[in-house]
Amino acid sequence: MKSTRATQEPAWVRYTLLGLGLGFLFFFLGLPLVAVFVEAFAQGWPAYAEALKEPETASAIWLTVVIALAVLPFNIAFGVAAAWAIAKFDFRGKSLLITLIDLPFAVSPVVAGLIFILLFGSQGWFGGWLSANEIKIIFAVPGMILATLFITFPFIARELIPLMQAQGKDEEEAAVSLGATGWQMFRRVTLPNIKWGLLYGVILSNARAMGEFGAVSVVSGHIRGETNTLPLHVEILYNEYNAVGAFAAASILALLALVTLVAKTVVEWRMRKETEMLTADLPAEKTS
Amino acid sequence: MAAKTQRVLPGFGLALGYTLVYLSLLILLPLGGMILKTADLGFAQILDIALGERSLAAFRVTFGASLLAAGINAFFGLIVAWILVRYPFPGKRFVDALVDLPFALPTAVAGITLATLYAGNGWLGSHLEPLGLKVAYTPLGIVVALTFVTLPFVVRTLQPVIEDIETEVEEAAASLGASRWQTFARVIFPALFPALLTGFALAFARALGEFGSVIFIAGNLPLISEIVPLLIISKLEQYDVLGATALAVVMLALSFILLLAVNALQWWTANRHKNAEPLEAAAGRAAGGQS
Amino acid sequence: MISFRRSLSALLFSLLAGSALADATLLNASYDVARDVYKDYNPLFQKYWKAKTGESLELKQSHGGSSKQVRAVADGLEADVVTMNQANDVEFLAEKGLVAKDWTKKFPNNASPYTSAMVFIVRKGNPKGLKDWGDLAAPGVQVIVPHPKNTGNGRNTYLSAWAWALKQPGGNDQKAQEFVGKLLKNAPLFAAGGRDATTTFMQRQLGDVLVTFESEAEMIAKEFGKGNFEVVYPSLTLQTEFPVAVVEKVVDKKGTRAQATAYLEYLWSREGQENAAQNYLRPRDPDLLKKYAAFFPPVKTFTVDEVFGGANKAFVTHFKDGGSFDRIYVQK
Repeated sequence: MKSTRATQEPAWVRYTLLGLGLGFLFFFLGLPLVAVFVEAFAQGWPAYAEALKEPETASAIWLTVVIALAVLPFNIAFGVAAAWAIAKFDFRGKSLLITLIDLPFAVSPVVAGLIFILLFGSQGWFGGWLSANEIKIIFAVPGMILATLFITFPFIARELIPLMQAQGKDEEEAAVSLGATGWQMFRRVTLPNIKWGLLYGVILSNARAMGEFGAVSVVSGHIRGETNTLPLHVEILYNEYNAVGAFAAASILALLALVTLVAKTVVEWRMRKETEMLTADLPAEKTS
Repeated sequence: MAAKTQRVLPGFGLALGYTLVYLSLLILLPLGGMILKTADLGFAQILDIALGERSLAAFRVTFGASLLAAGINAFFGLIVAWILVRYPFPGKRFVDALVDLPFALPTAVAGITLATLYAGNGWLGSHLEPLGLKVAYTPLGIVVALTFVTLPFVVRTLQPVIEDIETEVEEAAASLGASRWQTFARVIFPALFPALLTGFALAFARALGEFGSVIFIAGNLPLISEIVPLLIISKLEQYDVLGATALAVVMLALSFILLLAVNALQWWTANRHKNAEPLEAAAGRAAGGQS
Repeated sequence: MISFRRSLSALLFSLLAGSALADATLLNASYDVARDVYKDYNPLFQKYWKAKTGESLELKQSHGGSSKQVRAVADGLEADVVTMNQANDVEFLAEKGLVAKDWTKKFPNNASPYTSAMVFIVRKGNPKGLKDWGDLAAPGVQVIVPHPKNTGNGRNTYLSAWAWALKQPGGNDQKAQEFVGKLLKNAPLFAAGGRDATTTFMQRQLGDVLVTFESEAEMIAKEFGKGNFEVVYPSLTLQTEFPVAVVEKVVDKKGTRAQATAYLEYLWSREGQENAAQNYLRPRDPDLLKKYAAFFPPVKTFTVDEVFGGANKAFVTHFKDGGSFDRIYVQK
């Protein structure tokens, strides 16, 4: 990591950039985070612990985790497939396809919930059939999973596309020309190349899945202890003048973000080690 | 040539097919259903809803604040991504992790917290208001909330790309006599520009739809600080689902056009950059040979 | 710790098998700040019902914004009963055929087991001397209210001020609209909801007066301390009702009509009324009103039916798109 003058900015530029960047993060991220914890501990540690012991808070945490886990395989499968098609092949309408993948971001979360009600609600298109067959989607866990899937739809694909594009297709083509089947190529070449980027996308969409309020709120039905996720529970506690409880629950979500932080640190550390090993191996491979 | 690569690498049909089916089922079908439902209203009435004085004002506020927030994030996001990749400083890992916080924190909590910080007696507001800068309960508050909520996008799309830039290219440019600023402007920035645009587009899209954090800090005064999602909620409060979806569809159409334009621009610049690459690669190889 | 485990296993059960633990299950869809009321009420009713019929009931609660809740019920949330804070919300369900057309007659007192009143919360010592609605429209006064068009709290404030202006000498609708317009000009913001308005007023110290439910005053005291504010009763204010109804379609399907009806009827029992009073909601029972007189000073009130000819009519005239609220802001 020797830094030459040629690839480094003058010191005053470096310090200005550091000051600007860290100052921005301090005001826009640091202070809000501190404020959340200050509110959560406004009445001391016992009140904080008490707030989290409440059974309804516990069940909300549980449900939040269940939903986040449930959307994971769907998002991974879609993200990998979409990135594979978009990054490794040329076809017409690619910009259009990417824009369609971005679209769920632009849909107001409340509207995202609403469209599932229009489809599956009792006044909706499939409502009659569903209630005749005793299938519950809306105001039950399946509807909440659907809404979360919609909200987190673009993340993994959007994370993988630039990565796979940058990696190009030489390695895969080499594997195939050496006689590997599609599945072998994917497992031995592609997956090892993208696995950390994939994890990174998983972490982002996971954070979003656990923190989502608007869309889930529309389809949840708010049945306490049953269809209340942590963000919904936060709102209810706040409306009940239980600010400590509300911010304590919110601090759990902030902490969950910090847990993903630990995961990410591990991921990135191993990723770096792996690339170091790879680059060490590479010259030898090339000469052979 | 495209056809050839398709034959070499397997799985194109499967991957694209699965992508299209899943996209259709989860996104296009529901959105299409909403658009169809809105068609019941008729074009004239949709226009009437969208072009009312309050709607127009709300569209202006929403798009203006979203553009500003995405712009702020593009500028500072570039700096943040740069210092996170290139400069060592204490607590870097923690700072890096903090960037994801806006996703995990429920938006309402973010809105309440920001309003408390920027209110006249808040940690920040008490210093800003004597300077004549009112943030909470003004359109400026909307920009602050949207900046917070969309902060991760630009940083996270730029980070891997900056990591990818090989310092050899920069060294080569320097050895060819380029100043650091010239290297940045001619070599680094063009390489980052597509990702910067992507991050900007994602942040902008997300800002347009954001509701939960904004209502707590906006002030929600008609014609001044109302956003379109608030008007959608207002329609729902009147049990006017059709009116709500009409506004949502107009919003969706506008965001779609904007996103498509940004993605096309991004694709175009990425390709142009690709064509320019051999030159840099040559410079890189030359630099490599010297060392 | 036991309750934690129990809630986990209850959740698991409900996820896997639906609730099959009790003889019958009722779901009460309610407004967002009603949790304390029904958290205390539900065990009372469970005990009563068990003693009366031997049946053990599971009572589930759903809380959210009033209009949001009725939309959910209309879209298939299987609530046996709705306990709301806006009559037009129940009226909406009646229009959809989920609730009896004559739901206001199914229970006493317009089907509202308890009431509240809109009051002023002012800073300690009432430095601006705010006594009545007229003072709120004076120049230099800052009024904190939730969004008058989108929230129940805000709508009640709006209607109270309108009715007061109407009842002044020479008052008519045009003057009332002018008055309400002037009052709203004194609002530096429209809060997202009742709770947000309170936070803005109490924690962020913004504004001279907060208009809210009488019952909220005690909640505010609980969180921010009693000594920090004063409650002012205006000369005339809205008596807010909390209408309840059985959701016919759901109880017919689930076979829970008897339980659901009894659940709501019991709100008028001595125990049910006392529970309301203990949660700072004015009971209908005159004895209890007297017993808890310390909470409920006499105040001259009107109902929406008396002044505005029904909740639905008030809603359409004032809060629908193009109603009086919109006219105040968009003159054309």
